Amino acid sequence: MTVTSALAMVLALILLAIAAYTVAARRTFAAIEGFVAYGLLLSIAWVALSSIDVALTEAAIGSGLTGVLLIGAAARLRTTEAALSAERPGAPLRWLAAAASAAVAGGIAVAVLSLPDPAPTLAPAAAEHLASTGLGNPVTAVLIAYRALDTLLESIVVVFALIGVWSLTPDRTWGGRPGPEHAADPNGILAYLARLLPPIGITVGLYIFWVGADLPGGKFQGATILAAMWLLVMMAGLTDAPPISRTWLRILLVAGPLLFIAIGFAGALTAGAVLAYPEGYAKLLIKVIEAALMPTLTLTLALLVAGASERTAPP
Amino acid sequence: MSGPTLFGLCAAVLIGLGLYGVITNPQPLRKILAFNLIGNGAFLLFGAIARRGAAAGFGGDPVPQGLLITGIVVAFSATALAIALLLRLFDESGSTTLAADQPAIAEADDRDPYQSAEKLGVLDELRARSESIEGTNGKTSEIF
Repeated sequence: MTVTSALAMVLALILLAIAAYTVAARRTFAAIEGFVAYGLLLSIAWVALSSIDVALTEAAIGSGLTGVLLIGAAARLRTTEAALSAERPGAPLRWLAAAASAAVAGGIAVAVLSLPDPAPTLAPAAAEHLASTGLGNPVTAVLIAYRALDTLLESIVVVFALIGVWSLTPDRTWGGRPGPEHAADPNGILAYLARLLPPIGITVGLYIFWVGADLPGGKFQGATILAAMWLLVMMAGLTDAPPISRTWLRILLVAGPLLFIAIGFAGALTAGAVLAYPEGYAKLLIKVIEAALMPTLTLTLALLVAGASERTAPP
Repeated sequence: MSGPTLFGLCAAVLIGLGLYGVITNPQPLRKILAFNLIGNGAFLLFGAIARRGAAAGFGGDPVPQGLLITGIVVAFSATALAIALLLRLFDESGSTTLAADQPAIAEADDRDPYQSAEKLGVLDELRARSESIEGTNGKTSEIF
Protein backbone atom coordinates (compact mmCIF):
# COMPACT_ATOMS: atom_id res chain seq x y z
CA MET A 1 0.00 0.00 0.00
CA THR A 2 1.47 3.33 -1.03
CA VAL A 3 1.45 6.41 1.20
CA THR A 4 -1.17 8.09 -1.01
CA SER A 5 -3.61 5.21 -0.83
CA ALA A 6 -3.06 4.91 2.93
CA LEU A 7 -3.87 8.62 3.28
CA ALA A 8 -6.97 8.17 1.11
CA MET A 9 -8.09 5.31 3.36
CA VAL A 10 -7.63 7.41 6.50
CA LEU A 11 -9.47 10.32 4.86
CA ALA A 12 -12.43 8.08 3.90
CA LEU A 13 -12.63 6.69 7.45
CA ILE A 14 -12.57 10.16 9.10
CA LEU A 15 -15.15 11.35 6.58
CA LEU A 16 -17.51 8.52 7.45
CA ALA A 17 -16.92 8.96 11.20
CA ILE A 18 -17.87 12.65 11.04
CA ALA A 19 -20.84 11.88 8.78
CA ALA A 20 -22.07 9.33 11.36
CA TYR A 21 -21.58 11.98 14.06
CA THR A 22 -23.74 14.53 12.20
CA VAL A 23 -26.53 11.94 12.11
CA ALA A 24 -26.13 10.78 15.71
CA ALA A 25 -25.21 14.01 17.56
CA ARG A 26 -27.77 15.03 20.16
CA ARG A 27 -27.40 18.80 19.69
CA THR A 28 -28.24 20.25 16.29
CA PHE A 29 -25.45 22.84 16.55
CA ALA A 30 -22.90 20.10 17.12
CA ALA A 31 -24.26 18.20 14.12
CA ILE A 32 -23.91 21.25 11.88
CA GLU A 33 -20.40 21.99 13.11
CA GLY A 34 -19.62 18.39 12.19
CA PHE A 35 -21.18 18.90 8.77
CA VAL A 36 -18.99 21.93 7.99
CA ALA A 37 -15.81 20.07 8.99
CA TYR A 38 -17.01 17.09 6.98
CA GLY A 39 -17.57 19.34 3.93
CA LEU A 40 -13.98 20.59 4.08
CA LEU A 41 -12.66 17.02 4.31
CA LEU A 42 -14.93 16.09 1.42
CA SER A 43 -13.19 18.79 -0.65
CA ILE A 44 -9.91 16.99 0.02
CA ALA A 45 -11.54 13.78 -1.17
CA TRP A 46 -12.43 15.62 -4.39
CA VAL A 47 -8.78 16.60 -4.79
CA ALA A 48 -7.85 12.93 -4.30
CA LEU A 49 -10.27 12.15 -7.15
CA SER A 50 -8.46 14.75 -9.37
CA SER A 51 -11.54 16.99 -9.48
CA ILE A 52 -10.09 20.33 -8.40
CA ASP A 53 -13.04 22.26 -9.89
CA VAL A 54 -15.50 20.18 -7.87
CA ALA A 55 -13.32 20.50 -4.75
CA LEU A 56 -13.52 24.31 -5.00
CA THR A 57 -17.30 24.17 -5.46
CA GLU A 58 -17.72 21.75 -2.54
CA ALA A 59 -15.61 23.87 -0.18
CA ALA A 60 -17.37 27.11 -1.17
CA ILE A 61 -20.98 26.01 -1.60
CA GLY A 62 -21.39 22.51 -0.16
CA SER A 63 -19.60 23.27 3.08
CA GLY A 64 -19.43 27.07 3.34
CA LEU A 65 -22.74 28.52 2.21
CA THR A 66 -24.79 25.46 3.25
CA GLY A 67 -23.10 25.65 6.67
CA VAL A 68 -24.06 29.32 7.13
CA LEU A 69 -27.61 28.53 6.07
CA LEU A 70 -27.92 25.60 8.50
CA ILE A 71 -26.36 27.45 11.45
CA GLY A 72 -28.73 30.39 10.92
CA ALA A 73 -31.73 28.06 10.83
CA ALA A 74 -30.54 26.10 13.88
CA ALA A 75 -30.18 29.29 15.92
CA ARG A 76 -33.77 30.26 15.17
CA LEU A 77 -35.21 26.77 15.74
CA ARG A 78 -33.29 26.16 18.97
CA THR A 79 -36.46 26.39 21.11
CA THR A 80 -38.14 23.55 19.20
CA GLU A 81 -35.29 21.11 19.71
CA ALA A 82 -36.19 19.65 23.13
CA ALA A 83 -39.85 18.98 22.28
CA LEU A 84 -38.97 17.36 18.96
CA SER A 85 -36.35 15.04 20.47
CA ALA A 86 -39.21 13.36 22.33
CA GLU A 87 -40.72 12.34 18.98
CA ARG A 88 -37.76 10.07 18.25
CA PRO A 89 -39.10 6.78 16.90
CA GLY A 90 -38.86 3.63 19.02
CA ALA A 91 -36.14 0.99 18.79
CA PRO A 92 -37.99 -1.38 16.40
CA LEU A 93 -38.48 1.36 13.81
CA ARG A 94 -34.86 2.50 14.22
CA TRP A 95 -33.60 -1.03 13.65
CA LEU A 96 -35.83 -1.38 10.61
CA ALA A 97 -34.52 1.95 9.25
CA ALA A 98 -30.94 0.82 9.92
CA ALA A 99 -31.56 -2.45 8.08
CA ALA A 100 -33.15 -0.67 5.10
CA SER A 101 -30.32 1.90 4.95
CA ALA A 102 -27.69 -0.82 5.18
CA ALA A 103 -29.43 -2.71 2.36
CA VAL A 104 -29.39 0.38 0.13
CA ALA A 105 -25.73 1.09 0.96
CA GLY A 106 -24.89 -2.58 0.31
CA GLY A 107 -26.64 -2.52 -3.05
CA ILE A 108 -24.71 0.57 -4.11
CA ALA A 109 -21.45 -0.97 -2.87
CA VAL A 110 -22.08 -4.05 -5.03
CA ALA A 111 -22.71 -1.74 -8.00
CA VAL A 112 -19.43 0.12 -7.29
CA LEU A 113 -17.48 -3.14 -7.20
CA SER A 114 -19.00 -4.35 -10.45
CA LEU A 115 -18.45 -1.19 -12.52
CA PRO A 116 -17.36 -2.00 -16.09
CA ASP A 117 -13.65 -2.16 -16.88
CA PRO A 118 -12.32 -0.32 -18.86
CA ALA A 119 -14.57 2.53 -17.74
CA PRO A 120 -16.54 4.38 -20.41
CA THR A 121 -15.27 7.92 -20.83
CA LEU A 122 -15.95 11.06 -22.83
CA ALA A 123 -12.54 12.56 -21.99
CA PRO A 124 -11.03 11.97 -25.49
CA ALA A 125 -14.05 13.62 -27.13
CA ALA A 126 -13.78 16.55 -24.70
CA ALA A 127 -10.07 16.91 -25.47
CA GLU A 128 -10.58 16.71 -29.23
CA HIS A 129 -12.89 19.74 -29.39
CA LEU A 130 -11.27 21.79 -26.63
CA ALA A 131 -9.31 23.91 -29.12
CA SER A 132 -12.49 25.05 -30.90
CA THR A 133 -13.78 26.63 -27.67
CA GLY A 134 -10.55 28.55 -27.02
CA LEU A 135 -10.63 27.31 -23.42
CA GLY A 136 -7.94 25.41 -21.54
CA ASN A 137 -10.05 23.95 -18.73
CA PRO A 138 -12.11 20.99 -20.02
CA VAL A 139 -14.60 21.28 -17.12
CA THR A 140 -15.40 24.88 -18.07
CA ALA A 141 -15.77 23.73 -21.68
CA VAL A 142 -18.32 21.13 -20.54
CA LEU A 143 -20.18 23.69 -18.44
CA ILE A 144 -20.43 26.47 -20.94
CA ALA A 145 -20.01 24.84 -24.36
CA TYR A 146 -20.62 21.06 -24.59
CA ARG A 147 -23.38 20.96 -22.00
CA ALA A 148 -24.34 24.64 -22.04
CA LEU A 149 -28.02 23.68 -21.80
CA ASP A 150 -27.47 22.23 -18.30
CA THR A 151 -25.74 25.38 -17.13
CA LEU A 152 -28.43 27.58 -18.68
CA LEU A 153 -31.19 25.65 -16.93
CA GLU A 154 -29.20 25.65 -13.71
CA SER A 155 -28.78 29.43 -13.75
CA ILE A 156 -32.56 29.65 -14.13
CA VAL A 157 -33.20 27.07 -11.39
CA VAL A 158 -31.20 29.13 -8.86
CA VAL A 159 -33.31 32.19 -9.65
CA PHE A 160 -36.47 30.07 -9.36
CA ALA A 161 -35.31 28.83 -5.95
CA LEU A 162 -34.89 32.45 -4.86
CA ILE A 163 -38.39 33.27 -6.14
CA GLY A 164 -39.61 30.27 -4.11
CA VAL A 165 -37.87 31.55 -0.97
CA TRP A 166 -39.21 35.07 -1.48
CA SER A 167 -42.73 33.78 -2.06
CA LEU A 168 -42.66 32.46 1.53
CA THR A 169 -42.65 36.06 2.77
CA PRO A 170 -45.70 36.81 4.94
CA ASP A 171 -47.99 39.51 3.48
CA ARG A 172 -47.17 42.03 6.20
CA THR A 173 -43.46 42.16 5.31
CA TRP A 174 -43.69 41.76 1.53
CA GLY A 175 -41.15 43.87 -0.31
CA GLY A 176 -39.00 44.39 2.78
CA ARG A 177 -35.44 43.43 3.59
CA PRO A 178 -34.64 39.71 3.87
CA GLY A 179 -33.69 38.03 7.12
CA PRO A 180 -33.39 39.44 10.62
CA GLU A 181 -31.49 42.65 11.33
CA HIS A 182 -27.89 41.95 12.28
CA ALA A 183 -26.38 44.05 15.01
CA ALA A 184 -22.84 43.01 15.87
CA ASP A 185 -20.45 44.80 18.22
CA PRO A 186 -18.83 47.47 15.97
CA ASN A 187 -15.49 46.86 17.74
CA GLY A 188 -15.90 43.09 17.90
CA ILE A 189 -14.03 40.39 16.00
CA LEU A 190 -16.84 39.90 13.45
CA ALA A 191 -16.87 43.58 12.43
CA TYR A 192 -13.07 43.51 12.32
CA LEU A 193 -13.02 40.50 9.98
CA ALA A 194 -15.81 42.04 7.90
CA ARG A 195 -13.51 45.01 7.25
CA LEU A 196 -10.32 43.01 6.79
CA LEU A 197 -11.41 40.07 4.63
CA PRO A 198 -13.59 41.53 1.81
CA PRO A 199 -10.74 43.16 -0.18
CA ILE A 200 -8.85 39.86 -0.11
CA GLY A 201 -11.98 37.78 -0.74
CA ILE A 202 -13.15 39.92 -3.66
CA THR A 203 -9.71 39.68 -5.29
CA VAL A 204 -9.61 35.90 -4.81
CA GLY A 205 -13.21 35.54 -6.06
CA LEU A 206 -12.57 37.54 -9.22
CA TYR A 207 -9.29 35.70 -9.81
CA ILE A 208 -10.97 32.29 -9.50
CA PHE A 209 -13.66 33.47 -11.92
CA TRP A 210 -11.09 34.73 -14.42
CA VAL A 211 -8.70 31.73 -14.42
CA GLY A 212 -11.67 29.36 -14.79
CA ALA A 213 -11.19 29.46 -18.57
CA ASP A 214 -7.84 27.72 -18.39
CA LEU A 215 -7.33 26.43 -14.84
CA PRO A 216 -9.61 25.01 -12.14
CA GLY A 217 -12.11 27.66 -11.08
CA GLY A 218 -15.02 29.43 -12.69
CA LYS A 219 -18.08 31.55 -12.20
CA PHE A 220 -19.83 29.37 -9.59
CA GLN A 221 -16.84 29.19 -7.28
CA GLY A 222 -15.96 32.86 -7.81
CA ALA A 223 -19.53 34.04 -7.32
CA THR A 224 -19.80 32.01 -4.10
CA ILE A 225 -16.72 33.70 -2.65
CA LEU A 226 -18.11 37.14 -3.57
CA ALA A 227 -21.48 36.17 -2.04
CA ALA A 228 -19.72 35.01 1.14
CA MET A 229 -17.93 38.35 1.44
CA TRP A 230 -21.22 40.22 1.05
CA LEU A 231 -22.88 37.99 3.66
CA LEU A 232 -19.98 38.59 6.07
CA VAL A 233 -20.38 42.37 5.79
CA MET A 234 -24.16 41.98 6.21
CA MET A 235 -23.83 39.76 9.29
CA ALA A 236 -21.43 42.21 10.91
CA GLY A 237 -24.15 44.85 10.55
CA LEU A 238 -21.95 47.08 8.36
CA THR A 239 -24.43 46.96 5.49
CA ASP A 240 -27.91 45.60 4.98
CA ALA A 241 -29.52 43.37 2.37
CA PRO A 242 -31.51 45.33 -0.24
CA PRO A 243 -35.31 45.24 0.01
CA ILE A 244 -36.60 42.53 -2.32
CA SER A 245 -38.94 44.99 -4.07
CA ARG A 246 -36.05 46.97 -5.62
CA THR A 247 -36.25 47.08 -9.41
CA TRP A 248 -32.46 47.22 -9.97
CA LEU A 249 -32.11 44.06 -7.89
CA ARG A 250 -34.73 42.18 -9.89
CA ILE A 251 -33.17 43.29 -13.20
CA LEU A 252 -29.73 42.07 -12.11
CA LEU A 253 -31.21 38.75 -10.96
CA VAL A 254 -32.62 37.91 -14.39
CA ALA A 255 -30.03 39.72 -16.57
CA GLY A 256 -27.49 36.86 -16.58
CA PRO A 257 -29.84 34.04 -17.64
CA LEU A 258 -31.60 36.34 -20.15
CA LEU A 259 -28.32 37.25 -21.86
CA PHE A 260 -27.37 33.56 -21.87
CA ILE A 261 -30.69 32.70 -23.55
CA ALA A 262 -30.24 35.55 -26.07
CA ILE A 263 -26.72 34.45 -27.06
CA GLY A 264 -27.91 30.83 -27.10
CA PHE A 265 -30.72 31.54 -29.56
CA ALA A 266 -28.50 33.85 -31.62
CA GLY A 267 -26.36 30.75 -32.12
CA ALA A 268 -29.21 29.25 -34.15
CA LEU A 269 -28.68 32.00 -36.74
CA THR A 270 -24.91 32.49 -36.61
CA ALA A 271 -23.63 28.98 -35.92
CA GLY A 272 -26.46 26.73 -37.06
CA ALA A 273 -27.59 25.44 -33.66
CA VAL A 274 -29.08 26.78 -30.44
CA LEU A 275 -26.35 27.32 -27.82
CA ALA A 276 -23.61 26.91 -30.46
CA TYR A 277 -20.99 29.63 -30.83
CA PRO A 278 -19.80 30.96 -34.22
CA GLU A 279 -16.25 29.91 -35.06
CA GLY A 280 -13.60 32.24 -33.72
CA TYR A 281 -15.98 34.01 -31.35
CA ALA A 282 -16.47 31.14 -28.91
CA LYS A 283 -14.14 32.31 -26.18
CA LEU A 284 -15.33 35.92 -26.39
CA LEU A 285 -19.00 34.92 -26.12
CA ILE A 286 -18.24 32.45 -23.32
CA LYS A 287 -16.52 35.18 -21.33
CA VAL A 288 -19.43 37.59 -21.95
CA ILE A 289 -21.94 34.99 -20.71
CA GLU A 290 -19.82 34.16 -17.66
CA ALA A 291 -19.34 37.84 -16.81
CA ALA A 292 -23.09 38.43 -17.09
CA LEU A 293 -23.83 35.40 -14.90
CA MET A 294 -21.43 36.54 -12.15
CA PRO A 295 -23.62 39.34 -10.64
CA THR A 296 -26.74 37.17 -10.98
CA LEU A 297 -25.09 34.22 -9.22
CA THR A 298 -23.48 36.37 -6.51
CA LEU A 299 -26.77 38.07 -5.66
CA THR A 300 -28.83 34.89 -5.89
CA LEU A 301 -26.52 32.78 -3.73
CA ALA A 302 -26.22 35.46 -1.04
CA LEU A 303 -29.96 36.21 -1.01
CA LEU A 304 -30.81 32.49 -0.83
CA VAL A 305 -28.87 32.44 2.45
CA ALA A 306 -30.47 35.70 3.63
CA GLY A 307 -33.93 34.13 3.24
CA ALA A 308 -37.46 35.48 2.95
CA SER A 309 -38.28 39.12 3.60
CA GLU A 310 -38.91 39.62 7.33
CA ARG A 311 -38.91 43.36 7.89
CA THR A 312 -41.55 45.79 6.65
CA ALA A 313 -40.80 47.50 3.37
CA PRO A 314 -39.05 50.87 3.62
CA PRO A 315 -40.84 53.77 1.93
CA MET B 1 -7.97 -0.87 -3.26
CA SER B 2 -7.84 1.86 -5.88
CA GLY B 3 -8.88 5.45 -5.10
CA PRO B 4 -12.12 5.46 -7.11
CA THR B 5 -13.26 2.16 -5.58
CA LEU B 6 -12.44 3.37 -2.07
CA PHE B 7 -14.38 6.61 -2.47
CA GLY B 8 -17.17 4.80 -4.32
CA LEU B 9 -17.65 2.53 -1.29
CA CYS B 10 -17.36 5.57 0.99
CA ALA B 11 -20.17 7.15 -1.07
CA ALA B 12 -22.35 4.04 -0.61
CA VAL B 13 -21.93 4.26 3.20
CA LEU B 14 -22.67 8.02 3.13
CA ILE B 15 -25.95 7.37 1.31
CA GLY B 16 -26.85 4.70 3.89
CA LEU B 17 -26.03 7.02 6.83
CA GLY B 18 -28.01 9.86 5.29
CA LEU B 19 -31.01 7.63 4.63
CA TYR B 20 -31.00 6.45 8.25
CA GLY B 21 -30.88 10.07 9.45
CA VAL B 22 -33.73 11.14 7.18
CA ILE B 23 -35.95 8.31 8.45
CA THR B 24 -35.20 8.36 12.17
CA ASN B 25 -34.46 11.96 13.15
CA PRO B 26 -37.68 13.76 14.13
CA GLN B 27 -36.29 17.29 13.57
CA PRO B 28 -36.90 18.56 10.04
CA LEU B 29 -33.64 20.54 10.11
CA ARG B 30 -31.73 17.34 10.88
CA LYS B 31 -33.59 15.59 8.07
CA ILE B 32 -32.41 18.32 5.67
CA LEU B 33 -28.87 17.85 6.97
CA ALA B 34 -29.11 14.07 6.50
CA PHE B 35 -30.58 14.58 3.03
CA ASN B 36 -27.47 16.58 2.18
CA LEU B 37 -25.39 13.54 3.21
CA ILE B 38 -27.33 11.42 0.71
CA GLY B 39 -26.69 14.10 -1.93
CA ASN B 40 -22.97 14.18 -1.10
CA GLY B 41 -22.89 10.39 -1.38
CA ALA B 42 -24.51 10.47 -4.82
CA PHE B 43 -22.08 13.19 -5.95
CA LEU B 44 -19.07 11.33 -4.58
CA LEU B 45 -20.17 8.16 -6.38
CA PHE B 46 -20.47 10.13 -9.61
CA GLY B 47 -17.05 11.66 -8.91
CA ALA B 48 -15.51 8.21 -8.43
CA ILE B 49 -16.99 7.16 -11.78
CA ALA B 50 -15.56 10.34 -13.35
CA ARG B 51 -12.12 9.48 -11.95
CA ARG B 52 -12.29 6.00 -13.49
CA GLY B 53 -12.84 7.67 -16.86
CA ALA B 54 -9.46 9.44 -16.74
CA ALA B 55 -8.07 9.62 -20.27
CA ALA B 56 -6.57 11.97 -22.84
CA GLY B 57 -4.28 13.48 -20.22
CA PHE B 58 -7.15 14.55 -17.93
CA GLY B 59 -7.34 13.38 -14.31
CA GLY B 60 -10.97 12.38 -14.81
CA ASP B 61 -13.80 12.49 -17.30
CA PRO B 62 -14.63 16.23 -17.48
CA VAL B 63 -18.29 15.68 -18.46
CA PRO B 64 -19.43 14.20 -15.10
CA GLN B 65 -17.17 16.72 -13.32
CA GLY B 66 -18.97 19.61 -15.01
CA LEU B 67 -22.36 18.11 -14.19
CA LEU B 68 -21.26 17.69 -10.56
CA ILE B 69 -20.67 21.44 -10.24
CA THR B 70 -24.17 22.04 -11.60
CA GLY B 71 -25.50 19.44 -9.16
CA ILE B 72 -23.84 20.95 -6.09
CA VAL B 73 -25.23 24.41 -6.88
CA VAL B 74 -28.75 23.04 -7.44
CA ALA B 75 -28.53 20.99 -4.20
CA PHE B 76 -27.66 24.18 -2.34
CA SER B 77 -30.66 26.01 -3.87
CA ALA B 78 -32.97 23.16 -2.87
CA THR B 79 -31.58 23.21 0.69
CA ALA B 80 -32.15 26.97 0.91
CA LEU B 81 -35.75 26.54 -0.26
CA ALA B 82 -36.35 23.70 2.23
CA ILE B 83 -35.01 25.82 5.08
CA ALA B 84 -37.15 28.79 4.04
CA LEU B 85 -40.22 26.50 4.11
CA LEU B 86 -39.21 25.22 7.55
CA LEU B 87 -38.70 28.73 8.98
CA ARG B 88 -42.09 29.82 7.64
CA LEU B 89 -43.72 26.75 9.24
CA PHE B 90 -42.08 27.73 12.53
CA ASP B 91 -43.30 31.34 12.21
CA GLU B 92 -46.85 30.19 11.49
CA SER B 93 -47.27 27.43 14.04
CA GLY B 94 -44.52 27.99 16.63
CA SER B 95 -43.34 24.43 16.10
CA THR B 96 -41.66 22.41 13.38
CA THR B 97 -43.06 19.02 14.25
CA LEU B 98 -43.99 16.68 11.43
CA ALA B 99 -46.06 14.38 13.68
CA ALA B 100 -49.74 14.06 12.77
CA ASP B 101 -51.27 14.42 16.25
CA GLN B 102 -49.49 17.49 17.57
CA PRO B 103 -50.98 20.76 18.84
CA ALA B 104 -49.26 22.57 15.99
CA ILE B 105 -51.58 20.83 13.55
CA ALA B 106 -54.66 21.77 15.58
CA GLU B 107 -53.42 25.34 15.62
CA ALA B 108 -52.97 25.26 11.87
CA ASP B 109 -56.57 23.99 11.55
CA ASP B 110 -57.71 27.10 13.39
CA ARG B 111 -56.49 29.13 10.46
CA ASP B 112 -59.01 27.45 8.21
CA PRO B 113 -62.03 29.83 8.32
CA TYR B 114 -64.63 27.08 8.03
CA GLN B 115 -63.14 24.88 10.75
CA SER B 116 -62.45 27.84 13.02
CA ALA B 117 -66.09 28.96 12.75
CA GLU B 118 -67.25 25.47 13.49
CA LYS B 119 -65.06 25.21 16.53
CA LEU B 120 -66.12 28.65 17.74
CA GLY B 121 -69.74 27.66 17.29
CA VAL B 122 -69.27 24.55 19.37
CA LEU B 123 -67.52 26.54 22.08
CA ASP B 124 -70.30 29.13 22.18
CA GLU B 125 -72.90 26.43 22.45
CA LEU B 126 -70.99 24.80 25.26
CA ARG B 127 -70.73 28.08 27.12
CA ALA B 128 -74.42 28.87 26.61
CA ARG B 129 -75.54 25.48 27.86
CA SER B 130 -73.28 25.44 30.86
CA GLU B 131 -74.59 28.87 31.85
CA SER B 132 -78.22 27.84 31.43
CA ILE B 133 -77.85 24.74 33.55
CA GLU B 134 -77.71 25.23 37.27
CA GLY B 135 -75.54 22.53 38.63
CA THR B 136 -72.05 21.19 38.92
CA ASN B 137 -69.50 20.66 36.22
CA GLY B 138 -70.32 16.99 36.37
CA LYS B 139 -73.85 17.66 35.19
CA THR B 140 -72.66 19.88 32.35
CA SER B 141 -70.48 17.16 31.04
CA GLU B 142 -73.40 14.72 31.01
CA ILE B 143 -75.03 16.70 28.21
CA PHE B 144 -72.23 15.93 25.81
